Amino acid sequence: MLTTPNLDYNLLAPILIVLGGALIGVFVEGFIGRAYRARIQIIIALLTTATAFCWVISIHNLISQSAAVDSVSIDGGGLFMQGAILAMAFVALLFFTQNDHFAPQASALPGSQEEAAAVLAGVQMTEIYPLVLFAISGMLLFPVAHDLITLFVALEVLSIPLYIITGLARRRRLLSQEAALKYFLLGAYSSAFFLFGGALVYGFSGSLSLATIRTAAATPGANHIFLLLGIVLMSVGLLFKVGAVPFHSWTPDVYQGAPTAVTGFMAACTKVAAFGAMFRIFIVGFAAVQNDWRPVFVAISIVTMAGGAIAAISQRDVKRTLAYSSITHAGFLLAGVIALSQAGLTSMMFYLVAYGFATIGAFGIVTLVRDSTGEVNDLNRWAGLAKKSPGVATAFALFLLSFGGIPLTAGFIAKFSIFTAAYASGNIAIVVVGVLSSAIALFFYLRVILIMFFKEPTDDTVTVVVPSFLVTTGITICFVITLVLGVYPNLLFNLATTMTTLVP
Amino acid sequence: MNLLTLTIVLPLLGVLGLVAVPRENTKAIKLLALASSVVTLISSLLMLTKYKFGVQGFQLVSSHSWFKVFNINYAVGIDGLALVLILLTTVLVPIVVVGGWNEAENGRWSVKTFYMLILILETFMVGVFAATDVFLFYVIFEAMLVPVYFLIGGYGRGERAAAALKFLLYSLFGGLLMLAAVIGLFVLSIKAGHGSFDVTALSHLKISHNTQNWLFLGFFIAFAIKAPLFPFHTWLPGAAKSATPGTSILVLGVLDKVGTYGMIRFCIALFPDAAKTFAPYIIVLSLISIIYGAFLAIGQKDLNSLIAFTSISHFGFIVLGIFAMTSQGLTGATLYMVNHGFSTAALFLVGGWMIERRKSTQVEDFGGLQRITPVMAWSFFIAGMSALALPGLSSFVSEFLVLVGTFTRYPLAAVIGTTGIVLAALYILILVQRTLHGPLQAGNEDTPDLNWREKFALAPVIVALVLLGFYPKPAIHVIDSATSQIMAAAQVTDPTPLAGK
Repeated sequence: MLTTPNLDYNLLAPILIVLGGALIGVFVEGFIGRAYRARIQIIIALLTTATAFCWVISIHNLISQSAAVDSVSIDGGGLFMQGAILAMAFVALLFFTQNDHFAPQASALPGSQEEAAAVLAGVQMTEIYPLVLFAISGMLLFPVAHDLITLFVALEVLSIPLYIITGLARRRRLLSQEAALKYFLLGAYSSAFFLFGGALVYGFSGSLSLATIRTAAATPGANHIFLLLGIVLMSVGLLFKVGAVPFHSWTPDVYQGAPTAVTGFMAACTKVAAFGAMFRIFIVGFAAVQNDWRPVFVAISIVTMAGGAIAAISQRDVKRTLAYSSITHAGFLLAGVIALSQAGLTSMMFYLVAYGFATIGAFGIVTLVRDSTGEVNDLNRWAGLAKKSPGVATAFALFLLSFGGIPLTAGFIAKFSIFTAAYASGNIAIVVVGVLSSAIALFFYLRVILIMFFKEPTDDTVTVVVPSFLVTTGITICFVITLVLGVYPNLLFNLATTMTTLVP
Repeated sequence: MNLLTLTIVLPLLGVLGLVAVPRENTKAIKLLALASSVVTLISSLLMLTKYKFGVQGFQLVSSHSWFKVFNINYAVGIDGLALVLILLTTVLVPIVVVGGWNEAENGRWSVKTFYMLILILETFMVGVFAATDVFLFYVIFEAMLVPVYFLIGGYGRGERAAAALKFLLYSLFGGLLMLAAVIGLFVLSIKAGHGSFDVTALSHLKISHNTQNWLFLGFFIAFAIKAPLFPFHTWLPGAAKSATPGTSILVLGVLDKVGTYGMIRFCIALFPDAAKTFAPYIIVLSLISIIYGAFLAIGQKDLNSLIAFTSISHFGFIVLGIFAMTSQGLTGATLYMVNHGFSTAALFLVGGWMIERRKSTQVEDFGGLQRITPVMAWSFFIAGMSALALPGLSSFVSEFLVLVGTFTRYPLAAVIGTTGIVLAALYILILVQRTLHGPLQAGNEDTPDLNWREKFALAPVIVALVLLGFYPKPAIHVIDSATSQIMAAAQVTDPTPLAGK
């Protein structure tokens, strides 16, 4: 006889709310006239994320191993990640509201008559909102998934909508579509790796549940070869998602090609989800064999930090620069995973929030700097931006300083705490390489500041569009969070320390 | 509110006041900036009256939890060492404001921003010397670079943006090495039982010799870049060449002292064993700085770079005195920090006015100023004499103390260091001769002499130079109360006198 699974709807509500919002969005696409669609969609998206966020807060101190028949584990660590994803997604959605980011008609060939007709008709893709909500629901599931199948499903639910959205930039359509295709192909490969790894781990342990895998891994005398192979292959999938070297090569292209508002969302929220899941998998499932995988991760962390920083130096495109900077940050965040300690998790949480809001804010500002053909991403044309728009330039400078880890910004506290966790766990090499790559990375952050503040404007065609109320709100939120968490980190850090429980 | 905290916060209140003033009203802005820096000065003088001699540890302490998880506190306090440097800061800022009354007019941004940056910088400068929490020190140490970056890049001349970037990158690179060491120190204190950043608690930590060496280097390189010590000095000439005179005074007079201050406060006090291990090498570097800086100064054609290179030579003396690790050396070095602050201030102030009048920074464009502008020429002469440590001016006392202190432990180093004095005479006298004496250079005929504002700004500096030269006892008394404690804590004793052997 088939028994119906026992679901704890209260604990699953945040995920379900977002999924529900996405479905409503799909209906809106079908039944509401074009004139109102965009407005209704944005309201639904914002309301959904806000409601889900409030729900996460209301259940923030609950713990359950069996929210969905052992497949989902609700605990402090997972809920913190969910809250972070929802908060960031909310702010990122504010930047979606300038309604000229997205292709008028995704199916029209770039440069074709259909496209021209769609532009003329003032058409705007609004499917983007339900797609984003679907991606968010996958992101919410990823860090709380407790078995391999759920992990894989969450990974796909979060990835597939992102592949589509990447191809929807309104301008430079070819670049955008190329990025989407690259992202999709490489993403599909990495998902396959992940799945294959999961199969091997299943073969080793005879179970899909992380808890059983842990017990199996800890059994002395077991033949670990399939477990280790499985870990390697699963790591490929996860490291691809966070953009760690050597699985990073898609990052600059995709960040550049995707609509800028989406890039901010993707860069911030995907990292939270992927790092949340990675930490859970490795500390709950594979901690027993840490001596085998940790050295590899140390090496990856080191090459990621150094590689991202070095590659960024020669970039001339602001989105690519930010992409390489996000690779460097992935390296720093890996240090938190490698620490495999409560301190590591806490500092990683703080780091994700600090980095996420600064990233969303930075990409949000990139959407504002334009000429007649659209966004201007060439850094040399940003010369003298501070003169044209001191407020925007100051905010961008603050985000860059936070990326660089200058004291009194959130980025500094994040870097400090994650290095401390790494040092305490005995990985001094990571700390040394970390500070050196920070120094290299600082060079290009400062160069951007130099271009904005100290160069004379050479190009009068670049303007900063007057941001709408929602966009201003979004930038202000990111600005305030970056500054306040830098000056008074207790606000978030104390919360993070109380939310480090991970159910075994 | 604690008097020390008040002194730290007062310039910030000035910044808040400046926000309210419209940017066109430059006169009100300047007056408000001056007023708030003078109030800060008064507040710091009050601290001097409250300072008690012979008390162990820090005074006027105040501690509030800041970042709980890591036991980081807003912890401030002063000893003699910190007090004199804070006083140097608070005295120099009003002088910079008055002396450089018009220097912000031609900047990239408004006069208002300039004075806001100066006052923010003052808060950081007082705070960095007052911090007794290593983390707080680090935060301010790094954060204070940002206003300087904008001061050089926004209001300087020539290749100002490049100079500002170079300055910032050098300093941040050193700072990041120091961050690794700060983290290491903290983790060690956790392993010892109680995680803390308190500088006194950390000095009691037992650290293995090898670890101590690494942590020492992390701190030392950061401070050596700041100080600037050979071979980490290459950022300084560019920065000094491009910055406004006021900014140069603050950078060379105060900011760079954070480096030498940090060497005493952290390198020696926290890692005495490592300091003893590395002292001979560092003394070699400082001797190279003394002589190399002096030689380069002789060859400079640009007035500002010349002053910058003399500073490299003088910082060599300061570091020499510190790592001789004798009581005279340490006290002399600290006094030297103060004196160098005043003598560079005098050089940059008068030099800046000369450049402002002549619209040129090249030494060869000056000449015969003595006859045209006697007051300005005499001022420059006195400033120069103080830089070459003429007896009777303050630098002499400190240079003498440093050399005596070095001689008792490293006689050869002291002998080599003495040649620096001879070279100093050379670069200063050549400079004085080229700019002030000789035939009048074309273009200098109508140079006006110093006006009342300028005399008013310069007078306190000259008074300090002469006063500290003839009667350095009070300053030495204050400094000695701190250095003897640091020596005792680091378990260093003066070598026994050689006489009678």
